[in-house]
Amino acid sequence: MDIQTRKEQKATVIAITGRMDAVTAPEFDRLLKKQIDDGELFFVVDLQNLDYISSAGLRSLLATAKLLKGKNGQLHFANIIGTVKEVFDISGFGSIFQIHGSVESALASVS
Amino acid sequence: MSFERLNIPAFIENLDMVVSFVEERADNSALEAKKKFGLLIAVEEAFVNVCHYAYPQTHGDVTISIGTEKGQFIVEISDSGAPFDLLSLPEPDTDSDIMEREIGGLGVHFIRTLTDQTSYCRENGKNVLRMALRTDG
Repeated sequence: MDIQTRKEQKATVIAITGRMDAVTAPEFDRLLKKQIDDGELFFVVDLQNLDYISSAGLRSLLATAKLLKGKNGQLHFANIIGTVKEVFDISGFGSIFQIHGSVESALASVS
Repeated sequence: MSFERLNIPAFIENLDMVVSFVEERADNSALEAKKKFGLLIAVEEAFVNVCHYAYPQTHGDVTISIGTEKGQFIVEISDSGAPFDLLSLPEPDTDSDIMEREIGGLGVHFIRTLTDQTSYCRENGKNVLRMALRTDG
């Protein structure tokens, strides 16, 4: 798994590449926790290049969403496609997260 | 049926080894890509469950066995921990709101959903989770 972050005007964009599994997901937790501790509250997570996600990966995303909600922050998702989308659909996560077709539209809905 | 086996310590860090072992054999089978992807998730969920719960006070091994029979690709995951049937866990609530949403049970939900048939048995002092996927479509 590789995580790229870039700061946009309205939010921090987190692009995840590769596999988000039981071994790699804690890396995402650490990175996001640090960003949130540093005061970032608005995020767009871009999953365009995510090849694989298991329940461990979803657990990390849910934990981050809950943490941000408790701080009045926002977590938006962009580009949930292909097999990753199937996993979201099976888990029911497709309906509880704020999901957008592109990073641009996700950023536009950050308020 | 002849099985190929991988026997390794039940540590999360060994996940990549398990994935490679299963993926290589799935690649050489008649499994379609979508089923293969589902299988790899189911295998991770089952393996991680053994790593987390099979040996609470001690360390132990997990065995991954792979074979094919009657148009099915079979993966068995076994451990020597206390008797435990993963499939006895209730289905998660996949409809609840984000703050109420609990993640527990999602792994077994994936195992059930992404395989064609999954069964548990206690055999020779081992927990054996047997997952089968049809290779004939």
